[in-house]
Amino acid sequence: MTGLRFFASPRFWRGALPALSLTFVLLGVFWLQPRAMSYFGLNLLFNLAIPIALATIAQMFVIAVNDLDLSIGSFVSLVACIGATWLQETPLLGIAALLGCIAVYACLGALIYIRQLPSIVVTLGMSFVWSGCAVLLLPTPGGSAPDWIRTLVTYKPPYVPMPLIAAAALALIVHFALMRTSWGVLMRGVGGNEKAITRAGWSVLKLKMTMYALTAVFGILAGLTLVGLATSADANIALRYTLLSIAGVILGGGEFVGGRISPIGAVLGAMTLTLTASFLSFLRISPDWQIGAQGAVLIIVLALRAVVNRMEARR
Amino acid sequence: MTPIGAFMRQHPWSWSFLAAFLTWAATAAYISGTGGLALASTALSFSTFFVMVGIGQMFVITLGPGNVDLSIPSTITLSAVVSMMVMGGSDAMILTGFLAAIAVGLLVGLFNYGLIRVLSIPPIIATMSSSFLIQSSAIALGRGVKIKPPETLEWISTAKVAGVPILSLCVIALAVVMAVVLNRTVYGRSVTAFGQNTRAARLAGVPIERIRYLTYSLSAVMAAVCGVFLAGFSGGSSLNMGEEYLLASIAVVVIGGSSIAGGNSNVPGVFGAALFLFLLVAMLNTFGAAAGLRLILTGLIIVGVVTFAGGRRESR
Repeated sequence: MTGLRFFASPRFWRGALPALSLTFVLLGVFWLQPRAMSYFGLNLLFNLAIPIALATIAQMFVIAVNDLDLSIGSFVSLVACIGATWLQETPLLGIAALLGCIAVYACLGALIYIRQLPSIVVTLGMSFVWSGCAVLLLPTPGGSAPDWIRTLVTYKPPYVPMPLIAAAALALIVHFALMRTSWGVLMRGVGGNEKAITRAGWSVLKLKMTMYALTAVFGILAGLTLVGLATSADANIALRYTLLSIAGVILGGGEFVGGRISPIGAVLGAMTLTLTASFLSFLRISPDWQIGAQGAVLIIVLALRAVVNRMEARR
Repeated sequence: MTPIGAFMRQHPWSWSFLAAFLTWAATAAYISGTGGLALASTALSFSTFFVMVGIGQMFVITLGPGNVDLSIPSTITLSAVVSMMVMGGSDAMILTGFLAAIAVGLLVGLFNYGLIRVLSIPPIIATMSSSFLIQSSAIALGRGVKIKPPETLEWISTAKVAGVPILSLCVIALAVVMAVVLNRTVYGRSVTAFGQNTRAARLAGVPIERIRYLTYSLSAVMAAVCGVFLAGFSGGSSLNMGEEYLLASIAVVVIGGSSIAGGNSNVPGVFGAALFLFLLVAMLNTFGAAAGLRLILTGLIIVGVVTFAGGRRESR
């Protein structure tokens, strides 16, 4: 397939859909508010997209192995609480707690695999556990983010705003690791064909534990970024991340089964969802409709993808 | 093996009742006196709502892997908001309000099914996307509006006969009807067949698409009706009233011994599990556990129950 024919192929359109939807919403924002088209404007628009993008990548690791994490929102909240309390007052204890969280996630992966449990139920249960820990740690909103995190997230590099650099780096690093290394092929293989991986002599248990641990790592990054941006935390700070992160993965072209995921798409998806919310406020539509608009964007993109898939089926 | 053991092995739902009874007994022993009976009565009251949404969710889950209705919480909220607005606190409008709520449920069901069918996406994504829209509509409609439920509705939702809540009796009747529907009607058997092997069911002439449509509608209507009673029970609608029902609706199905992989469900378990979930929280409350600790223990027990009950029989 060369030249123009490639651009007419369903494969191209499916891959381009996440980027196109982001461009579309971004153009809408620029049209309504030309001043957003500046260093400062872009910084403001995409600041909060970074923790969501990190949470989306976290969710993507779980979706890659055909599972679903319904606890990521409460986990990110807990991390934010740890960040605003222990990590600030007694850094060693904070770091130990975060490492403990990664271990718990790895154990969950093992438990889900060994007992062949439905991940939805296990993670729903865990969402209570994370929330409970967060409430115990920080019964009322408060705490303060450690200075080094705050410096890091508010760093202003020349020319290109930090959120864009962070998003690009995140997308490229994860893309390279998952899509371009043999290790990444194995990881996605667990979602694609578990039996083939087992027969080839790999331990699906270890792979699944790694994927869950990676979910925790990116969940922690999301929580710390969020607390850095928000400067304080509360136990419910990121609850809506659970559904947003799933929506982001799907928006970015990820599929629910078969290990078909796209890290770049996931980051773009998360950015689109964040931007949709701002787009609405530029339109002066009540923020009541924010999640509704996010749902609508999700449905529209899925509809477009269905059209592309039908195009493909007709060939 | 004792006869009781054999019975429990054959009827996975009996575990949830045993668990509910043990939790109740532990709490009743702790508070002593007549508190135990009052507790049982309260448990019946609160579990009604879990049972209503749980049965709808159970039918959806029976359809097989990937079938979960995530729009239940938002449907509860929207239906509560709409019905309270239609009723406007007047007894004469109760029936109209109910019809409005059912209409909300039917619309949500149709919408969910439409997304699944037209976009050919997994149901979990479809119901999640629609829940965004439904929740938004509920927020936009219900913000700043606080309408008290009509007195009669409030009475129906809270009245008790000899300590037994009237609503609870209705829900027991509903559960019996639904058990018959699941096990003894063409529709119910089709749902089970759908979940066991969709391809085989289609080849055997089960109208797959109609069954799926009916099931998602059933779930949405149950959530909608639950929303009305919940508003009546708690003195009006609130925008986060549906929140806890996401976990609860799935948890009661799984704890009740239905297979999360679909194709093998039972109604009584939903009832037992709903009682258990409420009594568990009540027990932790009585023992003076802090809010955080209560959440942690609830979560751990749910994970524990799923681990203990085991997962999919075999992957197809």
